[in-house]
Formats: sequence, C-alpha cells, structure tokens
Amino acid sequence: MTGRSFQADFARALREPDRPLPDGLTDSRRFAVYRNTHAVTLAEALAQGFPVVAALVGAEFFAALAGAYRMAHPPRSPLLRLYGRAFPDFIAGFPPAAALPFLADVARLEWALLDSAEAADAPALPPASLAALPPDRLYAARLTLAPAVRLLSSAHPVLSIWRAHQPGGAAPGPGAERILITRPAFDPVPVALSEASFAALRMLASGATVGEAARHGDLTEVFTLLLDGGAITGLS
Amino acid sequence: MVLPHRPGVGFKPQHYAGLTGDPGPVEWVEVHAENYMGDGGRALAQLASLRDRFALSVHGVGLSIGGEGRLDGDHLSRVRRVCERFEPASFSEHLAWSTHEGVYFNDLLPLPYREDTLARTAAHVQEVQEALARPILIENPSVYVTLPASEMDEIDFLTELAARTGCGLLLDVNNVLVSATNRQTDPLDYIDRFPHALVGEIHLGGHAVDADERGAPLLIDDHAHPVAPQVWALLDRTLALAGPQPVLIEWDNDLPDWPTLRAEAARAGAALDRAALDALR
Amino acid sequence: MSFSPKSLAVAGSLAAALAAHATTVQAASGQEKCYGVSLAGQNDCAAGPGTTCAGTSKVDYQGNAWKLVPAGTCTTMALPDGRHGSTEPLTRDMPTG
Repeated sequence: MTGRSFQADFARALREPDRPLPDGLTDSRRFAVYRNTHAVTLAEALAQGFPVVAALVGAEFFAALAGAYRMAHPPRSPLLRLYGRAFPDFIAGFPPAAALPFLADVARLEWALLDSAEAADAPALPPASLAALPPDRLYAARLTLAPAVRLLSSAHPVLSIWRAHQPGGAAPGPGAERILITRPAFDPVPVALSEASFAALRMLASGATVGEAARHGDLTEVFTLLLDGGAITGLS
Repeated sequence: MVLPHRPGVGFKPQHYAGLTGDPGPVEWVEVHAENYMGDGGRALAQLASLRDRFALSVHGVGLSIGGEGRLDGDHLSRVRRVCERFEPASFSEHLAWSTHEGVYFNDLLPLPYREDTLARTAAHVQEVQEALARPILIENPSVYVTLPASEMDEIDFLTELAARTGCGLLLDVNNVLVSATNRQTDPLDYIDRFPHALVGEIHLGGHAVDADERGAPLLIDDHAHPVAPQVWALLDRTLALAGPQPVLIEWDNDLPDWPTLRAEAARAGAALDRAALDALR
Repeated sequence: MSFSPKSLAVAGSLAAALAAHATTVQAASGQEKCYGVSLAGQNDCAAGPGTTCAGTSKVDYQGNAWKLVPAGTCTTMALPDGRHGSTEPLTRDMPTG
C-alpha cells in the first residue's frame, strides 16, 4: 500500500488525463470510460444550461471552453443544476473568448434564466386587491417581488442576441440592454426594460417604496411587466 | 407502502404528456433525488402531480455511499427533504462513490471490495437509513475495470452489507451483464448466486458495445439504447429465482419517444406475467 | 379625501397597467398551462441539465481553446458591434510551456 488512498489516486487520474492510470489498472480504454463520463456529461450539462453560448461559439470551441471550466471549477455539489454558476465569470476572464465581449453577459442571462426556473413558487397578488388600494397607500407601499424575479443589465444587447437564437428570432441591434426576468408560470420570461424602468425596478427590488421608485419616472411599464409576470406577491 | 410488482419507468420531463396521457402498463415511476432539490418550479410541480397517479421510487445518485470520506450531511438533509415531501414507496442508492475531497465526479465510481470498505459502506448505509427512518436499497454497479485491491466477491460484499445494515438490494440486470462482460465472468452465474430474497427492485437499461485495448468486449452502461436481448433473457431467469418484482426501464440519454419507452415497459410487464404464471405451477 | 398629485400619478400608472394586464390575461386564457410544453419561443431545456446514473460511450474532446476561435453563430449572425466572430486565433497571452 502507498500512503495515498485508492480513491485519491483514482480521482486524480480521472481529472487529469495526462496522469498515469491508478495502481494496478492497465487498460487505458477501460479507465477512459470513467474519464469520458466525468468530462462529457459535465460538458453536456453546460451545453444544456447555456445553449446560446454554445451556439455562438460552436461545438468545438464550446467543448474546449467546458473542459477549461471543469479544470478551473470542478463541481462541488451533487446538484448538477448548480454547476454553471461560476461559468459567466469564468468566460469573462477567459482570453480565448475575448473576441466576443458580450459572451459573458449572454451566459449571465442564461444562468439567470436557469436560476429563476427553480426559484421558489409564490402566488401573485390578485390584480383586484391592487386595484382597490387608495392612491396614498399605494404610494407608500413596498412591493414583495416573486423569488423568481431577476434583473440584469449589460453594455451589450444580450437579450436581443438571446432572442436571435430562439425560433423566429431577428438579428440583434446595437446598444446596451436592461432585462427583467419573471416567471408567470414555469418558464422564465425575459423582457427588455427602459433605463428609467430598470432603475425604478432596482429600487423596488431593494425595498424602496412605490413613491420613491416613481422618482425615476412613470411606472406604467414597471407595473405592466410585473403584473404580466405574476411578480407582485405581497405589499407592506 | 411498497412499489407494485409491475413495470415502472425512469421519469424524464420530456415524457410527462405521454406518460400521463397514455401510461400503458406503467404503474410506478422512479426519479433521481438530485433533480428535485430546487426551491420551486416545474420539476417539483410535475412530481407532485405524478405522485397522485403513480407509485414513486426515489433514486439517489449523489450520496457517495461507497466513498472514503464522510457522507455530505447537507446533501443527506436534502435527500431527506425530498423523501419527506414526496413520501416515496422506496429509496435507493448505489454501491459506488462519486465525491472525493469535496469534488463531485458526476459518475458512479468503483470501490475495492475489502473488509475496511465494507465497514465504511455499512456505516454510511446505516447513517442514511437513520436519516430517512427507513431501510433503503443498494444497487449493484456497472464496472469497467477490475480493481486489484479487491479481496472480496461483489455478491459476498453486497450480502454482508445487507446483513450488517438491514438494507435491501436493487438488482440492475443490465449492470450484471455489463460488469460480467467487462470482468470476463459469467452473468448467469451472478444472477444465480445473487441473494434473491434481498431483492426489492430490478433495473433494466440499455448499453453500448465497445472494445478495450486488446479488442476484448467493453460494454458501457449508457442508458441510451433499448434493453438488450441478453438482458431480457437474464430478467426471465431473475424473476424465476426472485419472484415478481418492481421492474424499471431506465432510459436517460438519447431519449426515445414515449410509445417506444412504453413498449419496453410492456415487454417487462409480459415477463412479469410469465413469472407470475410460472410461480403458480 | 384628497390625494397628492404624485400619488395620483402613481395610481394612474397602476390603473393603466391593470387595464393592459386584463387584456393580456383575456388573450391568454384560451391557452392551457400544459406541463412540460413550453410557450412559443421558449427553450424547452429551461429547467437545465438533469442528472444521470449512466456512463457515456462518447469520447471527451481534448481541444485546446487557446488554439481555437469561436466558430458558431457568432460568425454568421450580424453582431451589434458591427463585426463577426474573430477569424484569427489569439496568439497573445498564450500560456508558455
């Protein structure tokens, strides 16, 4: 017996293909089944979670990107759905992807969609109960937003790029974009926001009153998007 | 509450409409615990709805019960929460490890069969059974290598594990064929020697056929193919020895359409019918 | 009872949003919220990757990203910053050794 454990040897050989096989194993094709399962299923999990990133860079580059990510960020949880959490930041710091400056933000959008999909369920307030609020009560109210709500902004038109990869999507135009994600049923729905609405929503999400958020301008767009997204779940 | 001795399928969200619209012979479903640990969303709603119509088995893939390290207490708590929420008829895990020093390998990796690994695995099984307040089933693995560090036969290891912990066994018949072929041993002998009285569930799945460096057959348990003819034959033998059991079709990759999967389940149902008839003779 | 102009303006925004929302709900009421069936334009994989307890017969691709260029839709889709994907591999910042 060596000082190291069987499992430590096996794990190291699994992660690092250049390592020799663990003690006593001779057939590299047999051991490769484990190496492949580890590497391929993690790469496929990333491709499923980040389909637009995968489409943008193509299969060969994505496979290499996924391999580099696996070495830098091996999964630390048996919950595969969490595996891509650090992927956007990894892309942002990955020089071979530097030619696509929007790629990390597209990944942030895809991660936010994944994250929103599994956020806690919460029933929306009935519109009638909102309609019945006296104006001064509404003005002083703080909104509780659904756990599935996400807000993102990017210097790049990442929602337009994302949409271009959905059925019937058009080519993206230039410019920064601000995005609200709601989950009216089970599918997260991203929508683009005006700058003023984004600022107002950011305030509401951090606990400001409706009146304070209204300083950024008219709230019709904000209310419409939140109502359509079933995103107002409480008032205080 | 027990799983019916009838066909079940490993549930995939893509089959929700087919399964609920036309289940055919399917009376129960199995899901991976790890896919139902989110806070909310479609997966949990689907499972709650399936739970009303089908018996449920929860199958863990991430507890690393055969591992050298301690069990991940946070993960065990999450498994317990899934079981409390959905009250499955059965919970099962694998004779394998998947986590080493905090890194999760997303695979079911082999362990050497020795007294020390047996003692450790038995302690882990007991810890899980105490957390879940129920006996669990442990599944025989698919293996691709023979570990020279092993000092015990796999069946002796599983039998002793059950004796020490009171757990039952999940017999994956495809894993039997895959491992026996890869170890160049006899799958029929494995089925015959298996402790039939401990079996609480049977798995069937498809495998891929490859070859090792010397050209010897290398079967890979990829759950991406129909159940192989040899596995159907081994199922008949298993049911003759162990009696009717809950029989699951696992198809996880390259998913077929629902009618194709339902037809596999119907074939398992026919094997169960034959076994029930033979038992009367 | 009287209200401040500001609170009336906010109430007016909500009233307009509620009216628009009522129309949306009416339009959508014919659609069943079918489990597992995505709305048009939605990605069916939105729930993300699932676990498997299977092995794979696929072989890991050992590509080196430093020698590759992105070659997917970024090369064909007209991108907003007026260019397509890079056509040259990055040679700067290559790791040495």
